[in-house]
Amino acid sequence: MTVNGTARSADVEPRTLLVHHLRDELELTGTNVGCDTSSCGACTVHIDGRSVKSCTMLAVQAEGAAITTIEGLADTARANGSSTGDMDWHPMQEAFQQCHALQCGYCTPGMVMAATSLLGEKPDPTEAEVREGLEGNLCRCTGYHNIVKAVLSTTGGAS
Amino acid sequence: MIPAAFDYKVAESAEHAVQLLGEYGDESKLLAGGHSLIPMMKFRLATPTVLIDVGRLSDMRYIRRDNGHISIGAMTRHEQLENSDVLAEACPMLKHVASLVGDPSVRHRGTLGGTMAHADAASDLPAAVLALGGTIVAAGPNGTREIAASDFFSGYFESVLAADEMITEIKVPADTGGWSYQKFNRRAQDWAIVGVAVADGGSGVSLVNMGSTPLRAEAVESALRGGASAADASLMAADGTSPPEDHNADAEYRTHLAKALTARALAEAGAS
Amino acid sequence: MNATTGGIGTAMLRKEDPKLLTGENKFVDDIHVNGELWMGMVRCTSAHAKIVSIDTSGAEAMPGVHSVYTGQQLADMELWAAPLPCAWPVTEDMLNPPHWPVAVDTARHVGEIVAVVLADSRYQAADAVEHVVVEYDYQPAVASIAAARDGDAKAHLELDTNKAYTWELVPDPDALAAAFENPAHHVSADFVQQRLIPAAMEPRGVLAVPSPMGGEITLYSATQVPHILKVMIAATTGLPEQKLRIIAPSVGGGFGAKLNVNPDELLAVTLANRLGRAVRWTETRSEAVGSTHQGRGQLQHIEIAADENGKIQGVRAHLDADMGAYMMLITPGVALLGSFLYTGVYDVPAFGFSCDGYFTNLTPTDAYRGAGRPEASYAIERAMDILAAKVGVGPDEIRRRNYINGGEFFEDHEAASTLIFDSGNYAPNLEKALELAKYEELKAEQARRREAGDGKQLGIGMCTYVEICGLAPSRALGGLNYGAGGWEHATVRMLPTGKVEVVSGSTPHGQGHETAWSQIIATKMGVSSDDVTVLHSDTALSPLGLDTYGSRSLAVGGVAISMAAEKLIEKAKLIAAHQFEASPDDLEFVDGSFSVKGTPAKSVHIQELGFAAFAAHDLPDGMEPNLQEQVSFDPPNFAFPFGTHVAVVEIDEVTGGVELVDYIAVDDCGTQVNPMIVEGQLHGGIVQGAAQALWEIAMYDDDGNPTNPSFMDYLVPSAAEVPYMKTDYTVTPSTSNPLGVKGAGEAGTIGSAAAVMNAVVDALSPYGVEDMDMPATPRRVWKAMQGGAS
Repeated sequence: MTVNGTARSADVEPRTLLVHHLRDELELTGTNVGCDTSSCGACTVHIDGRSVKSCTMLAVQAEGAAITTIEGLADTARANGSSTGDMDWHPMQEAFQQCHALQCGYCTPGMVMAATSLLGEKPDPTEAEVREGLEGNLCRCTGYHNIVKAVLSTTGGAS
Repeated sequence: MIPAAFDYKVAESAEHAVQLLGEYGDESKLLAGGHSLIPMMKFRLATPTVLIDVGRLSDMRYIRRDNGHISIGAMTRHEQLENSDVLAEACPMLKHVASLVGDPSVRHRGTLGGTMAHADAASDLPAAVLALGGTIVAAGPNGTREIAASDFFSGYFESVLAADEMITEIKVPADTGGWSYQKFNRRAQDWAIVGVAVADGGSGVSLVNMGSTPLRAEAVESALRGGASAADASLMAADGTSPPEDHNADAEYRTHLAKALTARALAEAGAS
Repeated sequence: MNATTGGIGTAMLRKEDPKLLTGENKFVDDIHVNGELWMGMVRCTSAHAKIVSIDTSGAEAMPGVHSVYTGQQLADMELWAAPLPCAWPVTEDMLNPPHWPVAVDTARHVGEIVAVVLADSRYQAADAVEHVVVEYDYQPAVASIAAARDGDAKAHLELDTNKAYTWELVPDPDALAAAFENPAHHVSADFVQQRLIPAAMEPRGVLAVPSPMGGEITLYSATQVPHILKVMIAATTGLPEQKLRIIAPSVGGGFGAKLNVNPDELLAVTLANRLGRAVRWTETRSEAVGSTHQGRGQLQHIEIAADENGKIQGVRAHLDADMGAYMMLITPGVALLGSFLYTGVYDVPAFGFSCDGYFTNLTPTDAYRGAGRPEASYAIERAMDILAAKVGVGPDEIRRRNYINGGEFFEDHEAASTLIFDSGNYAPNLEKALELAKYEELKAEQARRREAGDGKQLGIGMCTYVEICGLAPSRALGGLNYGAGGWEHATVRMLPTGKVEVVSGSTPHGQGHETAWSQIIATKMGVSSDDVTVLHSDTALSPLGLDTYGSRSLAVGGVAISMAAEKLIEKAKLIAAHQFEASPDDLEFVDGSFSVKGTPAKSVHIQELGFAAFAAHDLPDGMEPNLQEQVSFDPPNFAFPFGTHVAVVEIDEVTGGVELVDYIAVDDCGTQVNPMIVEGQLHGGIVQGAAQALWEIAMYDDDGNPTNPSFMDYLVPSAAEVPYMKTDYTVTPSTSNPLGVKGAGEAGTIGSAAAVMNAVVDALSPYGVEDMDMPATPRRVWKAMQGGAS
């Protein structure tokens, strides 16, 4: 598989959930686990560009797939040798900060990955489509108001 | 919330999967998208010792129009149904129902074949296939057979599939009449408390979560055939069902919902 | 040097966000150390059972398993100096049977730990748990408050009652009795505050890292209360307090659920200490129903006596409160936190409150967002709507007639509950909300739909709440028998290069303290908020503190920071005066710069003095080097935010489905440091309260088994279930602190459940529905429309 553009290979126990492989083996701890029933979406990553709940997928099922996690969404300037820590963010990350769409930040990586996947499929969604598109991602802090606003702001559709 | 250990086999073809099923018997399970099976394995409600991964059989992901019907490969993901131009033209009902399953991330992984095999009475797509009068094509050690959707579901999470059979294709009639799918739930991502699918202007009516399997509302269908009004027919929606009781609904409320949603669905489908 | 930027009142973007948006930050489960052992908890599967035997041999033989301990073994190892603590014995004679981290002979709720497995990996621990065989002798379970109160079964077999305590607050019994003697209008209502699962998105988790040769232990825990935890771990384990270091890394929400002292925390620390290896555990969501405390769980009875115009003469309330199986940190005190608010924002001449606390064989209850106050607000605000109907006036009018001081501005009002409300200005707040909601248009639309027989009925509900926050004056807490104080500590230091470090004793878990505290410093010291760093949540960096709960961070901790900054400025002023060879009295401090009054051209910025204080080459005689000041602020009074919320719901008459279609909130939390953060707190709080009204309930069967422990069945709403909210503010500064701030963390939740339920009942009023239990499920609503019981 490739993870955030880098080819990775490993022997994994078949029952290893993808999220545990990413977190515990590849040390990509930005992807979180918030439930055990595929309900909350904290573990959302992209497989071949589409959002997937990585707690409901075996690592072995991802063989050959291109995986993107929150760490791979931000193209860090640091990777280009900058020491300032300034980021070249994905527009969705930028929008989340600008709109105060996160508080504790635990659902945030999954929410951002779900939102970017949604826009990949529906580039110009309505408010209702954003809300329905995020139906599988739970947030306990924001009441979703600013999350919906952030997603719409990236399409010029914010109200 | 971690599955018990198992052996993992990758099927190279449907025939290979059937062969592996024969080899490993009852202890084995087919893994398609995994969105029904893996959650059960995490709770150790399912503990297969061998998982046979058929999810990589990408040649079984297709939606095509054949003579008068649409053939859908068993590994076709809900997302593909949701975005299918073929379905938009020839069976918009299935496209619409697919868009209501779970949430987008679930739809990116879940497959039609997997959903049918899981045979959950609360699932959307099996009921839709049932209302449409679809057919399930299954491969077994002695070749393939076709099973009418109305004969397919046999009990709580059970179908007539043999332990060494695998669904390869689902067929639904193309270009049928007016349709509707009424799904009632409390959160968008949840299963239906009750759902009603009406296909072909009322010739097929099915119920979600009104019994141990997806059900045809036969009383409604026959009343309509006999010339009853949609309003009168919908009152029979719960006839012959034994609705489950859970947090969301008791039998009385489910019965009410079945009737009310059937009335709405028939109206939307243009049944007179 | 820098001018003030990002000061108080600006909607500054949060400093916390970049790490959280990129996955760079660390939650507990993200942190690993070599040689760590994973705990797997064997949890009781029955609500009440004697433990006959535990066979650990099968688990011990499994790959990767290090050891398995039962409660009896841990007791024999003398790991515990005391049971799990309850810091709030509300009465002298409160029953508080011992609660051990692992049950020794009897388990009293589903999920209580009966044995703990230690294994090399997450997966091996999970496997081994399945192979511990426990034989139980099942006992009758007490599965509800009513069963505890009226039934024969006892939650604790060794007790002859389930009633743990009775607490009363009746300041003037004669006045109360007189108020209820033949009132023109008498409201008598019963409400159920269902149990709720707090459901912070990050499950709890711990990692204890020992230093075998040094005898020290560092505990990483997903906690709101590292400072309190440190004291309590020392007290319950006997480990020396100075050898303990508690770190709350990034914490993914708390809402009260992470303010406890939990068995897993004590097990991790003691086992790590014993074994000389790191020990960890991460809660699973479905496990949390029995491993993390729950909220609410009260049966409420409230009565209002009013005159013919609806003017209130007295309010009395009684609660039967569900403690669950044990008293946890503040379990018994939650009801008391609400007791003072059963009079709401109203001028109530006579008041009485009592609460009976009952043990059940259910998960313990404790603080959950609002802790006692949403319950109180719900009861009085639902009762006010009932009173309005009796009097024959609108819900807005009944409120206007009863506001403290006629709804006009007041300061320091003594309520019948004996509390002094700091400040209020209720009527303008109400009018602003009604205007924002277009209340008259909504009522017209409601009438139109009723007339037209529209299938979607409109319901409009309001709630005018007040809450108590800024916990708390230490003396007041002492008066309520709480085991600790309510101060907060802060340190402000200027580094040699002029940058500022703030050490906060309050510990964030999503609120944005780093940003808000920087803004306070920016305004006070005249520096850029970018030049400020906030250290927190690590008892080694921040040794003194009382943490974050009860909307106290800003009103106590933020004020402490402001005061510490003022002290630092005073010292810097002496250095500046020394440099100017002027009297400090002749100096003024504007935008961070000191200058001699009248000669502004000659000035020095406070950040330029950092190096002088550090080098100490030329300080005033007798002055200590360095610029660092600290303050422990003990507030003289609570703070009382208030507001008006209006909820609009649509009810599908065919299905009974309720949709929240609009929500309007005008809140007053005093001075706002960061309006963007305030609004975010309100949004989240509103949806949590609305979730109690429409979706959430922790359910148990008659045997005490939880029946909806996962997120599949415990319905935390998603974006698809809620609308955009309209928010606005009034600003009535608090008199309880020099910043005039009040608190906003719980306000949304305190206002919204009542507003939404008032809307639901309003929508159903044509059906003769006068009340409905929460959550207003479609089934309940439909049955109510059929004339059935709700």
